[in-house]
Amino acid sequence: MSVDRKELDEFRTEVRAWFEENRPPDPGFLLPQSFMEVGSDEQFNFLRDWQQKVYKAGYLGMAWPKEYGGGSKPQILQDVATREMVRQKVPFMTNTIGLNWAGPLILNMGTEEQKKAYIPGILSAEDIWCQGFSEPDHGSDLGNAQLKAVRDGSDFVLNGSKIWTSLGKHAKYMILLARSNPSANSKYEGLSFFLIPMKVPGVEVVPIRKLTGEYGFNQTFFTDARVPESCLMGREGGGWQVAMTTLAFERGAVGGQAGGHAMMSKDVSQVVALARIAQRNGRRAIEDPVIRDKLVQFMMEEKSFALNSARAKITPLVAEWPGSIAMAGKLAATEYQRRLNQFALSLQGANAAYYVGDPNAYERGQWQRSYFNAFSGTIGGGTSEIQHNIIGERVLGLPKS
Amino acid sequence: MSNVDKRPAINFSDEQAQLLDVATGFAQDKFPLNRARARIAAKEDFDAAVWKEMTSLGWLGVAVPEDFGGSSLSLAEVVTIVEPLGRVLAGAPLVSTTLTAQTLLKAGTGAQKGKWLPKICEGAIGTLALVEPHGDWNLEHLTATAEREGDMLILTGTKTFVTDAASADLAIVSVSLDEAPALVLLDRQALDCAKIEREIVIDETRRSYRVTLGDISVSRECLLDPSQTVAALKYIDEAACLLLAAEICGGASGVLETTVNYLKTRKQFDHLIGSYQALKHPTVDALMAIDAARSHLYYAAGVFGDDGEREIAVRMAKALASDALAFASDRAIQFHGGFGFTYDCDAQLYRRRGIWCESQCGDAAYQRKRLASLIL
Repeated sequence: MSVDRKELDEFRTEVRAWFEENRPPDPGFLLPQSFMEVGSDEQFNFLRDWQQKVYKAGYLGMAWPKEYGGGSKPQILQDVATREMVRQKVPFMTNTIGLNWAGPLILNMGTEEQKKAYIPGILSAEDIWCQGFSEPDHGSDLGNAQLKAVRDGSDFVLNGSKIWTSLGKHAKYMILLARSNPSANSKYEGLSFFLIPMKVPGVEVVPIRKLTGEYGFNQTFFTDARVPESCLMGREGGGWQVAMTTLAFERGAVGGQAGGHAMMSKDVSQVVALARIAQRNGRRAIEDPVIRDKLVQFMMEEKSFALNSARAKITPLVAEWPGSIAMAGKLAATEYQRRLNQFALSLQGANAAYYVGDPNAYERGQWQRSYFNAFSGTIGGGTSEIQHNIIGERVLGLPKS
Repeated sequence: MSNVDKRPAINFSDEQAQLLDVATGFAQDKFPLNRARARIAAKEDFDAAVWKEMTSLGWLGVAVPEDFGGSSLSLAEVVTIVEPLGRVLAGAPLVSTTLTAQTLLKAGTGAQKGKWLPKICEGAIGTLALVEPHGDWNLEHLTATAEREGDMLILTGTKTFVTDAASADLAIVSVSLDEAPALVLLDRQALDCAKIEREIVIDETRRSYRVTLGDISVSRECLLDPSQTVAALKYIDEAACLLLAAEICGGASGVLETTVNYLKTRKQFDHLIGSYQALKHPTVDALMAIDAARSHLYYAAGVFGDDGEREIAVRMAKALASDALAFASDRAIQFHGGFGFTYDCDAQLYRRRGIWCESQCGDAAYQRKRLASLIL
């Protein structure tokens, strides 16, 4: 199913026009920038309606099979549509876990019943998905998950808790990694993977208040929650492999996602725009030499991410430390986001002190909020300090700390 | 594809790949670091035997058209030679000679190009005399002058940091003529009429001279095309930024390897010091800075022929490379501990190289200032 250049250009024109005409109006409140930040019902309803609209227009799940609600079209068309969403900075697709990793997982290894039951609702945002991987005492050590899944006839009884459950309050389903056999040969072999309904007795979602003062993450408690064995994904005891497959989808190492963007990162052009408005000594901040110097540094750094990806494809130019660019990508990008947001605050002068909720805050205080939220990047998925260790040991070959 | 979907790509030619491979091997074989140290002690401006080999490999003519005896490639290919040589701190006049040839190509008269470019391809050494005692990086800030006297030009003033001036076959000197910048070609005979004094410079692998022009007179035929001079000065500045960025990136990779090797072998308090995060983490930061600089370098090499992109790309590459080598070599000295404080430790060689390269054509802060007016 190839698409020629002309069709592609036509499609791009079409999709560009559609998003220009249909981008939602300002809701009158601050929108989250990723699925991890959906903290209120009004935010959630707005984003769910938007995803529904994009899906109905045919720009989501374009390459997923028709029989499950997709478009059965070439992947490249979805890529064009996704890029257009990023380019126009329209709100992100809120059912992120379903679209990007639970959905592809189900399509990849689910039964026919599972595909029919789950995929259409993921695309239409009627069925929101959340993820039960991390536990309070085992931050990044996924293989050590301790939530108990004890077999009782044809049911499993769940006890324990999961943390950082984004969208947990709105979710109908969860992908869950649980310990079904505490006495297995290795910790990995004792794990099973489930697709479970959230609305069953014994499952309680408790919001966690973030450093921003807002909500978005939850802790999910399981107390004798009973789910049927049909919720198993893969075989009993085969949960680790399923979890690894899921992570490959999550990290984008493997394709098959429904498309749509999951996050609205800040970029330096937005900060330059801010510098054109902000004031320093009676003039525009962008005329201040120190601020100009800083902006140029951010511009060079941001450009280096794209150039690093380009160089990573040229084997002779990555011969000395193979893998360094891929392995350092997360560290580089998340620390950049944190510093860029911090700089955007300082640009605001005295107004940097306003916060979300004050009518005088610049852009509703989104920079203040995004600075704090940037720490989810530098802490989550292995802290920046852990990343330094990993790169030092695996790329430079330094001894373990 | 439309502009919007254009993601930056790095153009990397087969010739670049081949030259990078050959030059990397050449640098490893011919320039162990003790060679750089021998260079420091040597009397001659450069190592004639190595220079002969580099000439026979065709490296002086890489970016010179075939009509003049070169191979009609571009500076993108020269970058792939300069980077590996920079890594081992090779002290050969490759960069200055290449820039001299580029200046002739940009602003030389037909006669000048016809006479000198073939000689350069065969190993003649060229140098540029652009810097003055005031130390301003703006190449149009000129106090040296030329005055017409019949068919002759009388040159006065002082030029500093003229590399290899005692042995160069030709030099191109910038002066003010009729209140505008002018470039004048000096052959060995004319150079010998000037006062040439060796400078003591921070990068001891270099041979640098102060050239006092003291009323030397040369034929008007030595004047480069005045209509091209201003454009040529801008072009030399940009070409120099590109090749310096390559040399610096090479040096940064070299010093990082030096540091990593030490961190993997040196023990303190019963542990290899590379296991300590206080040393490990900044070393990773150096790696990441080098990665970013090299990506910008090879992007700049690829777009060097593009008038719209060239200046921004080379200044970004030079700025990031300068900071990367400064950080990597500064930390290299520190992480070698007491040994790092000694002359025997190689870390200082790289730190000195970095400062020299920053002093040429503008350091990182200067590049960023120029960039600000280009992109903000």
